[in-house]
Amino acid sequence: MQGRGTAVCLPADIDTDLVIAGRYLRTKDRSIWATRVFEDLDPALAPRLKGAVIVAGKNFGCGSSREQAAIALREAGVVAVIAPSFARIFFRNAINIGLPLIECDLPCEEGSEVAFDLTEGWVEAGGQRHPIRPLSARMQEILRAGGLVEYWRDHR
Amino acid sequence: MSTLSERILGAPAGDYVDRNVDRAYAHDGTGFLALEAWKKIGCDTLGDHTQYYIQFDHIVPANNSTTATLQHELREFAKKMSMQFSDIGCGICHQLMCEDAVLPGEIVVGADSHSVTPGAFGAFATGVGATDMAAIWLTGETWFKVPASAGIHLSGKLAGAAEAKDLALAYVGKLGMDGATSQALEFVGEGVHSLSMDERFVLTNLSVETGAKAGLFYADDVTIRYLREQGRAGAVQAPEPCTYCQEIDLDLADIVPLVAVPHRVDTVRPVGDLAGLAIDQVFVGTCTNGRYSDLARFARLVKGKKVAVRTIVVPASAAVLTKAIRTGVLADIVEAGCTIGTPGCGPCIGYHMGVLGEGEVCLSTANRNFKNRMGVGGEIYLGSVATAAASALKGEIASPEAS
Repeated sequence: MQGRGTAVCLPADIDTDLVIAGRYLRTKDRSIWATRVFEDLDPALAPRLKGAVIVAGKNFGCGSSREQAAIALREAGVVAVIAPSFARIFFRNAINIGLPLIECDLPCEEGSEVAFDLTEGWVEAGGQRHPIRPLSARMQEILRAGGLVEYWRDHR
Repeated sequence: MSTLSERILGAPAGDYVDRNVDRAYAHDGTGFLALEAWKKIGCDTLGDHTQYYIQFDHIVPANNSTTATLQHELREFAKKMSMQFSDIGCGICHQLMCEDAVLPGEIVVGADSHSVTPGAFGAFATGVGATDMAAIWLTGETWFKVPASAGIHLSGKLAGAAEAKDLALAYVGKLGMDGATSQALEFVGEGVHSLSMDERFVLTNLSVETGAKAGLFYADDVTIRYLREQGRAGAVQAPEPCTYCQEIDLDLADIVPLVAVPHRVDTVRPVGDLAGLAIDQVFVGTCTNGRYSDLARFARLVKGKKVAVRTIVVPASAAVLTKAIRTGVLADIVEAGCTIGTPGCGPCIGYHMGVLGEGEVCLSTANRNFKNRMGVGGEIYLGSVATAAASALKGEIASPEAS
């Protein structure tokens, strides 16, 4: 499973309230989440997420279990999120909705090209290739299916 | 020799396991997304061996017709599937699971991050997202990575104006917001026996604020007595020698009233350092501090006096509200100038029933003070019930030790 995108750098401890604020959660209109993503962090960020690989500091996605946070990132066009560590519920949610997360302490250069291969287990940025810890077999299967909904559709 | 999480999950730390879930619960905020996933998968029957619950607590009563429509669909679904359903006003999902469901040794999942709360019974209780919940509705099981455990060794007894909330803020401050990511916190040591179940719920509730997957107490005489009072039964769990991945020691006698300042739960300071800071609102409630003992303590402190700022008190459940009415606690609170909200989460998640305006400051007994959480431009200071009472009476952050 491969991907590439443009680096968008974010700090550590981004909580899911910051990814998508509570006031936007109650809707089935997912385009609202895509346009309001990160509004309380930086309102100019959302339009820059199409084709982006977010490179964040540690503990990305902490706090509330809201799955809308992971969905908002995917709907906004984020290709993957790379961080030294993720909060655990966000981690499960992202895999479950088909958004790849990569545990890696990567120096971030805004706007640079980032590539990754989850099967071979590497991330490439600034001409350097970094090895990454592979996801569990089950998680790779879920990601390959496109998310847990698709996984269960195939496995029933 | 095993940690309690290893014992309940039946495998050593680090293993991936598939386990049947004893109880699975979701609220109006996450349940509607789980229902969407459920429909997309094309499911029609629930897993056989799991107790399923839907509780409405996040926006109660509904604030607009969009919310009302989403709640309507979920309500109809819960009834059709014969899930145990608690409508608006019944209370916060975590509180309801503690009041009449969870037993020691069970595996419990909730579609909410504070689903760690029932770990106070010696259950393995943790939060999942909405799509995970839909899959649990379908199969009754899910996968876990068995967590390494952190030992939180408690000694001594709480003294003076200090509460379990201050103890909770103390350990979150020590560990930090990602200090225990994916670990289970085990609260152990002779200090635990002096803590009531209500106090233990506060400690397990905040465990997720360190990134923890679960927070657990071993079931002891206090647990069994609480269960018996609620018409349930369970057996004591004896701790075994085991290996913790990290350990912290806390002497309860050293704990002083603390406040977490915006916008992080782990930036904790003695309340005295912030004394005099003007506030616009006090909020008492939530899955952290909305229980009867909290309301009773708050009432004792404000009885016969008048609050100096708007003060919102939201009971954690209908049972809490009923008891507070019967004992006169509620009248004392209202006579002191406070207002009462529908049992549920109240303004904690910034929807309605007490959100903050731009630049407003709130002293809250909740568990999160993230930026804009209770309203855009609002600032949240987290403290104990006693700190909330002292601050409400003064209209500024005040130490309960001074009153």
